[in-house]
Amino acid sequence: MSDITVHVEHLTKKYGETLALDDISFDVGKGELFGFIGPDGAGKTTLFRLLTTLLLADTGTGSVAGFDLVKDYKNIRNISGYMPGKFSLYQDLTVEENLKFFATIFGTTIHENYDLIKNIYQQIEPFKNRKAGKLSGGMKQKLALSCAMIHKPEVLFLDEPTTGVDAVSRLEFWEMLKRLKDAGITILVSTPYMDEASLCDRVALMQNGRIMTISTPGQVIRNYPLSLLSVKSSDIYHLLGELRDYPGVHSVYAFGQSAHVAFSAQKIEPEALSEFLKKKKHESVEITRIDATIEDCFMELMNSPE
Amino acid sequence: MRTILFIIQKEFLQVFRNKSMLPIIFILPIVQLIILVNAATYEMKNIRVSVVDLDLSGTSRKLVSKFQGSPFYLLKNSSFSYKEAENKMKQGKIDMILQIPMGFEKKLLTESHANVQFVINAINGQSAGLTNAYSTMILLDYNREVLIENANPSMLGGLRSIQTDYSYWYNPKLNYKTYMVPGILVLLVTIIGLLLSGMNIVREMEIGTIEQINVTPINKIQFIAGKLIPFWIIGMFELAFGLSVGKLLFNIPMEGNLGLIFLSASVYLFVILSFGLLISTITHTQQQAMLVSFFFMVVFILMSGLFTSIESMPKWAQNLDRLNPVMYFIKIMRMVLLKGSGFADISPHFWSLVVYAGCSLSLAILRYRKVS
Repeated sequence: MSDITVHVEHLTKKYGETLALDDISFDVGKGELFGFIGPDGAGKTTLFRLLTTLLLADTGTGSVAGFDLVKDYKNIRNISGYMPGKFSLYQDLTVEENLKFFATIFGTTIHENYDLIKNIYQQIEPFKNRKAGKLSGGMKQKLALSCAMIHKPEVLFLDEPTTGVDAVSRLEFWEMLKRLKDAGITILVSTPYMDEASLCDRVALMQNGRIMTISTPGQVIRNYPLSLLSVKSSDIYHLLGELRDYPGVHSVYAFGQSAHVAFSAQKIEPEALSEFLKKKKHESVEITRIDATIEDCFMELMNSPE
Repeated sequence: MRTILFIIQKEFLQVFRNKSMLPIIFILPIVQLIILVNAATYEMKNIRVSVVDLDLSGTSRKLVSKFQGSPFYLLKNSSFSYKEAENKMKQGKIDMILQIPMGFEKKLLTESHANVQFVINAINGQSAGLTNAYSTMILLDYNREVLIENANPSMLGGLRSIQTDYSYWYNPKLNYKTYMVPGILVLLVTIIGLLLSGMNIVREMEIGTIEQINVTPINKIQFIAGKLIPFWIIGMFELAFGLSVGKLLFNIPMEGNLGLIFLSASVYLFVILSFGLLISTITHTQQQAMLVSFFFMVVFILMSGLFTSIESMPKWAQNLDRLNPVMYFIKIMRMVLLKGSGFADISPHFWSLVVYAGCSLSLAILRYRKVS
């Protein structure tokens, strides 16, 4: 199948006794923007290190652009761009020197692939004589992405590119990814932020080294089996515990200033719940019916037995 | 090949951007040469003596003035109480007591032999030995004078003695600096080479840049070559710079062929650099690399024959020292610079270095892995 760029079957990786990746299988199509969503320790970085041939899997096989992860690792290194979670360019070299260095070791020049990185690089070009270590977080990200792109890779692996970046830069960054995707580049991106899931074509929700589900963000939400209410009260601390005792409640999570209450029953009566809470002496109770977010789905998947 | 050039270029950019690097390269050699060469000397000077002359005769005073006249001794005080002198020794104010007993002159004239006593602080055994040797020399010299003075002319003809004349080869003036400078230069090249290479790869690991390098098509050989060559160049430059400083400041002799020095240095640097690289591959932080390098450096340097003679080490230590690359290079440096030895003379040491370089380089390459 030529339209599959990344193919992985039953990958398993152990660090000593800890199972970092547990029987992972998935396919990523050509030109797809594929997200791995999961909390810290879910195994995202390990998976990316396996795919970029920095680590060897214990069992399982995989290929990137048709090249075997073990046998053809040299080819993979030529056609993939990797942006590790930790900023790992030379801090004591300038922006331009970093970019030039990575261009030359891939046997190309900045000039040759300038079109590809133009949109991103233009934003940091005014600072091209500044040392990379002296850039702000968002600019570092842009430089790292430029360096990962400079050899015109077929596949991009971005490991938590938006962690530690402000909200505006995050949005900007996703805009850039969209443009790269439109240029036909396959992008695999990992993130701990659930709200970024909706920006991907497809997402894999990961937890404890396992993929819980792979689907489009819309489908993930549609598959949510429960009904949701958002409940607000002045006493959120007691609210959580008391909601759990309410009949028909499946689960309760704190969600910012409110509590998300999931009911397994289809028919729910917000009025009855409101009465119940008032009896418990809660003031200024607000109850709204809401649609599930990726985070609600994630919580549900995390707790449901296989 | 082009890739190697780019890595070298990048390495140099980083080295010279590092603000502490230039001072290290240019000031370290000068400071080391000036301080170490002048300070680390075995020549005993300023031995502080307390004289307890209980005789106070012409003969005893002459003996005391003999010590006074020597550049090695510093007459601190004289007293009539041995106890007082001993107290001074305990306080660390003097190094040696010269005691001349009462009736020294009389005994010498009537019984034709008399005794004096040296009491030497021997906390440092080596300097005590030297002090003793110097003092004995002075006494012997004095003895001869007494002998000639008191003998009647008719007897002189019958006095037979063997005269020893000596000349010191390769270092005729017994200049300690001439001996030290070549060794210190080796020390310098070793420190620079081992630290630079030992810290380098591990630094890339620490700040994570190795990840980014590893996903590129750069292969192992290119990467290691790109790392070694810049430091090799810096090391060679450092040696040339050090030799110039040595020549200008200390006027060290350069009897042999300098080309031979640089040929050996080029091999020696490969030993040191790949050793550093090996350390880099087995450690995870710069701090660990620093400690491990330091450990090896101390052992190598103390056993290198720089300060103490290798020949006086126990047999097992001498055998162990065959593993010490610093020892070979110090030998080569001293042989070529001081003796003017040719290639044939240094070849055993040279080939040992070649074998060493081959082993440590291949070990470093084997140990370094792009995939963890």
